[in-house]
Amino acid sequence: MATNQTAHADEHAHGDHRPSPYNPLRWLFSTNHKDIGTMYLIFAIIAGVIGGAMSGLIRWELAEPGVQIFWGMADAGNLGTDKLFSVQMPDGSHKAIFGNEHGYNVMVTMHGLIMIFFMVMPAMIGGFGNWFVPLMIGAPDMAFPRMNNISFWLLPVAFALATISMLVPGGSMGQGFGGGWTLYAPLSTSQQLHGGPSMDLLILSLHIAGISSILGAINFIVTIFNMRAPGMTLHRMPLFVWSILVTVWLLLLSLPVLAGAITMLLTDRNFGTNFFNAAGGGDPVMYQHLFWFFGHPEVYILILPGFGIVSQIVSTFSKKPVFGYLGMAYAMVSIGVIGFIVWAHHMYTVGMGLELEAYFVAATMIIAVPTGIKIFSWIATMWGGSIDLKVPMLWAIGFIFLFTLGGVTGVVLANSGIDTVLHDTYYVVAHFHYVLSMGAVFAIFAGFYYWLPKMSGLKYSGLLGGLHFWIFFVGVNIIFFPQHFLGLQGMPRRYADYPDGFAYWNYVSSIGYAITAVGALVFFYMLLDMFVLRRRKLETAENASPWGEGATTLEWTLSSPPPFHQFNELPVVAEEKHH
Amino acid sequence: MKRGWIGSALAQALVYTFAATGIAAAQTETGPVNGAIGLQPAATEVAQDIANFHDLLLWIITAVTLFVLALLLYVMLRFNKGANPTPKKFTHNLTVEVIWTVVPVLILVFISLFSFPLLFKQERIPQAELTIKAIGNTWRWDYSYPDQGVDITSLPLSEEDAKAQNRPFRMAVDEPMYVPAGVNVRMLVTSNDVIHAFSVPSFGIKEDAVPGRINETWFNVPKEGIYYGFCQELCGTLHGFMPIEVRVVSKAEFERWVQSKGGQLASAEPAPAAPAAPTAPAPDATPAPVAPATPG
Ligand code: HEM
Ligand SMILES: [Cu+2]
Ligand SMILES: [Cu+2]
Repeated sequence: MATNQTAHADEHAHGDHRPSPYNPLRWLFSTNHKDIGTMYLIFAIIAGVIGGAMSGLIRWELAEPGVQIFWGMADAGNLGTDKLFSVQMPDGSHKAIFGNEHGYNVMVTMHGLIMIFFMVMPAMIGGFGNWFVPLMIGAPDMAFPRMNNISFWLLPVAFALATISMLVPGGSMGQGFGGGWTLYAPLSTSQQLHGGPSMDLLILSLHIAGISSILGAINFIVTIFNMRAPGMTLHRMPLFVWSILVTVWLLLLSLPVLAGAITMLLTDRNFGTNFFNAAGGGDPVMYQHLFWFFGHPEVYILILPGFGIVSQIVSTFSKKPVFGYLGMAYAMVSIGVIGFIVWAHHMYTVGMGLELEAYFVAATMIIAVPTGIKIFSWIATMWGGSIDLKVPMLWAIGFIFLFTLGGVTGVVLANSGIDTVLHDTYYVVAHFHYVLSMGAVFAIFAGFYYWLPKMSGLKYSGLLGGLHFWIFFVGVNIIFFPQHFLGLQGMPRRYADYPDGFAYWNYVSSIGYAITAVGALVFFYMLLDMFVLRRRKLETAENASPWGEGATTLEWTLSSPPPFHQFNELPVVAEEKHH
Repeated sequence: MKRGWIGSALAQALVYTFAATGIAAAQTETGPVNGAIGLQPAATEVAQDIANFHDLLLWIITAVTLFVLALLLYVMLRFNKGANPTPKKFTHNLTVEVIWTVVPVLILVFISLFSFPLLFKQERIPQAELTIKAIGNTWRWDYSYPDQGVDITSLPLSEEDAKAQNRPFRMAVDEPMYVPAGVNVRMLVTSNDVIHAFSVPSFGIKEDAVPGRINETWFNVPKEGIYYGFCQELCGTLHGFMPIEVRVVSKAEFERWVQSKGGQLASAEPAPAAPAAPTAPAPDATPAPVAPATPG
């Protein structure tokens, strides 16, 4: 990448008055895109651990038929000390810590919301987006640094509200809100079932998380449109920047619809409106339309940055420019556009009628075409390359394969005729975990291992990173592949307990969770080894670019870690050799 | 009826019979089978169409996934840095780009050739001989037979009762929904409170029970037996505990059951006493109800 070399030399001169990391004000008042990016990443890791622990409780409960930890209503009277997670109350009775089946539903609900809003989105957009969009387009920082600060700090607030929501009364069923991450009315508006403050807190939490994302989206759009270095035309931007650009447009256009929908939930609950109340002339199905008008773009919001990350990594470690750059960029744009007109494929069973269903089947299947273009273009990028199977590349290749597997089951589900049997079964759970738990999460780990040396200036153990990958790869497949079988056999989602006919594959799936958890431990040991035990600095020769000649984007022209303020003199991007 | 590739291997395992005491003869029970990896055996023509279509799709998606896997393995071996130290620099190839755009389109068009007819068959409700209304409640199903005047409430058997009667816990209920075999049944589905979903996997049906709406679906089960289903839309604490049990029985037994529930038999048949009732079967009715020749 042709850059102005003097800019690089300059930065060390006066760019590097980096405040002490132990000064809390550095973080609280930060307007620095790299510091804010770091906070987003740490936040995402914390949320990931919490959300992951919740899925552990879910898999524990489902390991065998019968109640394991969410003691059922029937047991409420005779809980003894011998039961797991039962505590003695002051009056001598025993109470289940996690509650009954409703507690299980709360767990499923919060697992989904936390993973989506507080793990994947902060990691990809807030974390990697903040760190690398300015670096990749040759900008000194984000366009609105203070808005960037508030975007981040709204998130812990939203997370706190969500946490409180789990602890306060949800209504007659018990603590917390247990209506699923989709918050369907009238379960979420029912005074009788969810009359407590829990759901209201959750709505406020999502409002604040949504504001945070909208502010972030505006920031990215302005940054990308206005702050590109000379010569960095839109068609020369790295694909990661393209992916963030499309993602934040989706956020900006879809989140207000969610905000409107959940505001209507709020007023239905508290102010006597009847938007979604059939008895008052409203329509519960309208809520679903509004939700999925946001919800389907949202699932692409979760994966598009991953597409960008994987494109950078595949090109870097194949030492070859991205194949079909323009096709890749516009495949993402078209996925974003089509993503807005397919939402009702989540609602084939609501009784919307033949014509609508037929339309949504056709529209949904069309999305598979640009998705296929992306997958084949990644492979074509590797074709003829000189592939170095370093840790980030392992995750990226793992992503391509597992995302394909999740994509093809999406095509099955797109057919309303088949979705009739598969909707709301574990087949859907398997589908979206292949595209998210393995797609999005593998992309996050790929990006993490790719950029961690750049962000920290330290080396990690490739052995531990590789071990992490392989344990994870095996573990998540054992968790989720059998769930296809369960779904085909008809096992419904969001069941705290199930008939014996579903026992075998549930047991296997729970074993997969244990394996995956070991992988997560290896990940944290890798971090410990990297940052505390060994702290190996990148050698001077490879300090700027530990990945060699294949890494051609602008962030690799800077030192590792990059100076606190970079590109005080803008780099100039040459005509040739872009992306 | 043809069973697909997974089917042929598992057909034996999928259909299972266990002696259910309290029922006159040993009955075929259709529900989830431990360790099974495919769809439940199809009990209706629609479910069979779904199974065939799913088998077709399974071939296609397996081929696509294995193709991608093979390409990945190939490039990892053939173009790894040991085997190919100097990377090529090409970034375009119009031919392959056109191919990987057009071929998926063709595959999708091919899929839709099967997808739409299936959808039409499910959604166009043929003339029905029996109408049943399933009403979701937190947390139980009520069934009402408007033409027979039968209304029942169906509750799951407790663990002890299920054990005592040797019936499957979390599937068996005290008052099953009875339907005669070989008859077009129209299901009306609605709810009294939150959204539930009425589903019987082996019938290939699932319909949301939405308050304020009446959704429609249909089925026709030729074979007598017991078929299990579930509530499939999260509806609160006991969502997992409102199973559906359908008894498909002979017409005679169905009539006995209707009478035992205090229902009226006459209107169970396609209106022998009312020749004025619309009898012309819909063009796509399969099979058309046999209209009795002699008016009452
Ligand atoms: C080839 C492209 C895809 C197609 C055709 C497709 C199709 C579908 C369909 C039809 C459903 C609804 C199934 C049901 O509820 O019965 C669904 C669910 C879902 N999909 Fe996809 N999908 C695709 C890719 C993706 C991607 C890339 C993501 C996210 C990374 C994703 C995430 C989800 C999620 C989260 C759900 C479940 C939502 C819920 O009910 O909670 N899908 N998909
Ligand atoms: Cu969708
Ligand atoms: Cu339910």
